[in-house]
Formats: sequence, C-alpha cells, structure tokens
Amino acid sequence: MRNVWIIARREYKYFFVSPIAYVVIFFFLLILGLLFYLNLRQAILQAAYQQSYAPTIQIVIGPMVTLLLFVMPAITMRSIAEEKHMGTIELLLTAPVKDWELIVGKWLGAFLFMLSLLAITWIYPIVLNFLVKPGIDQGLLITGYLGLALMVAGLTAIGVFISSLFNNQIVAFFANLILVLALIFLSQLSTTASTLGNQIGTYLDFGNHFFNYFIQGTIDLSDIVYYLSVTSLALFLGTISLDIRRWR
Amino acid sequence: MIEVEGLSKDYGPRRAINNLTFKANAGEILGFLGPNGAGKTTTMRILTGFIPPTSGIAHVCGFDVVDQSLEVRKRVGYLPETVPLYPDMTVFDYLKYMADLRHIKNAEDRVDDVLEIVHMEERANGYISNLSKGMRQRIGLAQALVHEPDVLILDEPTIGLDPAQIREVRTLIREIGKHRTVLLSTHILSEAQQICDRVLIINKGEIVVEDTPERLQAGLTGVQRVAIRVQGDGDGLEESIRKIGGISRVSTIQEGHVEAESAPGKDIRPEIARKVISDGFDLLELKSIDLSLEDIFIQLTREEPEPPSTDDSDEES
Repeated sequence: MRNVWIIARREYKYFFVSPIAYVVIFFFLLILGLLFYLNLRQAILQAAYQQSYAPTIQIVIGPMVTLLLFVMPAITMRSIAEEKHMGTIELLLTAPVKDWELIVGKWLGAFLFMLSLLAITWIYPIVLNFLVKPGIDQGLLITGYLGLALMVAGLTAIGVFISSLFNNQIVAFFANLILVLALIFLSQLSTTASTLGNQIGTYLDFGNHFFNYFIQGTIDLSDIVYYLSVTSLALFLGTISLDIRRWR
Repeated sequence: MIEVEGLSKDYGPRRAINNLTFKANAGEILGFLGPNGAGKTTTMRILTGFIPPTSGIAHVCGFDVVDQSLEVRKRVGYLPETVPLYPDMTVFDYLKYMADLRHIKNAEDRVDDVLEIVHMEERANGYISNLSKGMRQRIGLAQALVHEPDVLILDEPTIGLDPAQIREVRTLIREIGKHRTVLLSTHILSEAQQICDRVLIINKGEIVVEDTPERLQAGLTGVQRVAIRVQGDGDGLEESIRKIGGISRVSTIQEGHVEAESAPGKDIRPEIARKVISDGFDLLELKSIDLSLEDIFIQLTREEPEPPSTDDSDEES
C-alpha cells in the first residue's frame, strides 16, 4: 500500500511540472468558462423577454462531462506509455513494487490531480449562486460533483489501462478516445437491438448513469456500483497487461 | 550469490539465450562479455525479475527470480543499458523517489551518501535533463546503489562515455565491487580485463568460455609465446633456441628478432636466456607475448572479421 502512495505522490507532482497538463487544463477551463458565459447570457436574455426557469448547475456540469471525455485521454495517455518509452518501466518493475501497486499508484496520482481540477471548477457554482435567486440547488450541485468524481475515477482507470498497452502516447490517446466514445454511444447503438440487448447496452453505457441520474440529483447505488466496477475492472486489466508484458 | 542453471529464453521463435549455467560468488566481479545481441541484457533482465525465463532456474541471494521475485528485487541493484531517468526531476528528487520505493529509512541521508559515492553532490538540485551522459550514468549507478544491495547488476555501464568518464566509472565499480557481488556486461574486452575477477564469454546465447582474464589468456591457447631480440643479425639464433627442450615452434621475425613458442604450462624464459647468452649472443630483450583477449574473443566467437594482423609492418600513409 505504501508503494501506491509513493508512486501516486510522484505522479501528482509530475502534473505540475508537465507542460501538457497545463495546456490541457488551460483549454479545459477556457472552453468551460466560455460555455458558462454563453449559457448564462442566454438565460438572462430569456429571462428578460419571457418567463423561464433560472439556470441550474447543469449548465456547468453538462458541458464539463463532454469536455472530460476529451481531456481525460490527454491527461492519462502518458501514464504508463511514457515510462515504457523512456525505459523507466524497467526501473519500476525491477524495484520491489507489485504490478498492481504501480497501476493503482499511477491511477491515484492522476485521479487526485483531476479532483484538484474539479475543485477549481467550483468557482462556477459560486458565481452562479450569486446570480440566481434564491441561490442554486445545493442538492444538484453535490450529486452532480459526486457523479463527476466517480466518472473521472472510471475514465482515469480506463486511461491508465489503455496507456499500459502502448509505447506511444499519441496512439494511447486515440485508442482511449475511441474506447470512451464507444462506451458513451453504447445505448444509442443498442436501441435497434432486442430488449435484453437494449437493457445491457443501457446499463453498460458510460454516460447513461450520469445523465439520467447524478446530474438530475438522483443517487442510485447501482450507478455508484457501476462506476466503481468500471474503475476496478480497468485497474485489474491494467495490472494484467503489465503482467502479460513480462511474459511476452 | 547468483546461481543460474539451464536458463533459456525465447522471444517468439528466436532463442535469445540457450541453456546458460553459471555462478557468481559473493564479493566477486563477474564480467559478462559478448558481442551485441549475444543475450547479455536478456540474462540480466531475467536476474532482475524484469522478464521471466522460458525455462531453467535462476537464484539470486538464495531466492528464485520467478517465485520470489520481490525478495530478489529488494536485494538487487540494477542499472539497465538505457539509464532509466526522469528528465523532469531533480537529481535529489529522483534518488529520493527510488529510495522511497525501497522503503529506506532516513532516505534523505542515504541519498546524500550515494551522491557522494558517485561524486555528484554539487548537482543534487539540478534537473536530470541538464546532465551530461557521464553524469547520467553516475546517477543511474547511484540509483542502483541507494538501497545498499548485495548484488549489483550493471548492463554496459561505460557505454557512450568519454575516456576520462570511462576510467572514472571503472574505478567506481571496482570500489563498489570490494564489498558486493557485481555482474557487469560489456563488449569491451580490455574493460573486462581491468575490472573483473572472472570473465564469462557469451555468444549467440551460449557460454563459450568462463575463466579469469589471466587464465583465459594463458590457458586458452595453452602456450607461452616469447620474443627474443639480440644485437646484430642473430645468425644461428633460431637453431640454438630450437635445441632447448620444450620448445614447440621457433620463427625468425626479422634479423635479430625471434619468436619461440613453448608447450603448455612451462615458463621457458630462464632457459632461453641462459642458452642465448651461453651461445655468445648479446641479449637485448626477452619478453613473453600475451595473446590479447581480443584475439581470444574473436577466435571464440567468430562474429567479426579477423582484424589486420598485428605484426610490425607499419601501414601508415
């Protein structure tokens, strides 16, 4: 367990010296801010001409999810792939560190970094709280961010797993993106299939658990279990992939 | 400390090492000598637990490298061929990270110690990306030493260094090797000759020969070759040497310069000296010519073409 923490700590620190992370975060916050502004402007215009509902925190969380689908592969692409490329993987795998400790450490470091990023985005709810009377729905805020955190946990784990398969970061990025998009559009694909297939597709759909529940203010145990399962499965597969690499 | 028995490794259909068996005793510097692609790195990777063997057994410090991999890894310091460094870390942070992964108490003090061993104290707070190749090599060595391992495995530790740095690293390895078992690979023969207590020549995944550098030179050919120079043209010198018992071959290289070869296991120099002088020649020089490890190596591996013969004819343009 101690190794997990040591690796996670280095990983977390690394993001603050890595130019890629800064670029990604810059654009993430820029686009998010822009969308926030546009959504807010529209809501104010609507309020001036006709009766409308006050904007909820969904105008922040909604676009954030879409952005995360692209940001997460960029953040996690280097995780293991870079170590393989630089040869430092040889260092880690010949140190007394178990394969799963390395994978979980890598995941934890990136996950904590993403949580820090999510913490920065709290600025929008605070701003919104001032603008909307009588303040925003705190329940929606909490469930929304809980959902985000769970989703990021899953996406990070998938990213680390995909990264462990490749030597090249760019390849890892695109492979990751394709996988994530496939998971998001799973339910759309399965609507034409049989009812059972439809149900399975809907359950496996990565976005469904978020857009139909957390963002609406619902916490369902099955959704939490879903994201935790995705995370564990991806971390497990990452460990297997390291192990297979040894035996190849 | 290192015991290897019948070790083989296949990469797909290609056999990288075939049925290797050798031993490295405690406190010994064992040189792993072979041309590129002979299987040196593969063997070292197996010993460090980076990859498993296809078949065979390897024990390091009494632990099996496959079943007790973690125990082995705790006791082994490893410098891979491409020095694994994080360029965006400072030297100190990097070594501290390595020390932490090995659960060393007072990691900071220990890092200071190893920095002193490799003479890099001044660059502790510099970024690794700014270091020269020689310095990186030394940091790689420091990394391998940080947990005071019983066994040190160094893959081509002097590759890519300039002559001054090579000498420095060699001195360092000899120093370190006084108290630990060191397995080091190289394809430079003189390096093996200088550093190692014992040399293991490996080619195409198989051990060709295993011996001390000195015995390799003497024992392998089994003969002693002696060069004799006398004043004047040395007429009749060849004949008079031929009369000495135990001489197998005599040849005149040029006027007053004769080379003689003896049967194995006998030093013929005193006898030659007496004979030459008693026959009335003025002896100028008498020395034994070593077959260089290079010669032996090429003879054994036959990978590279024969080098130009090393007789005295100058071919300078």
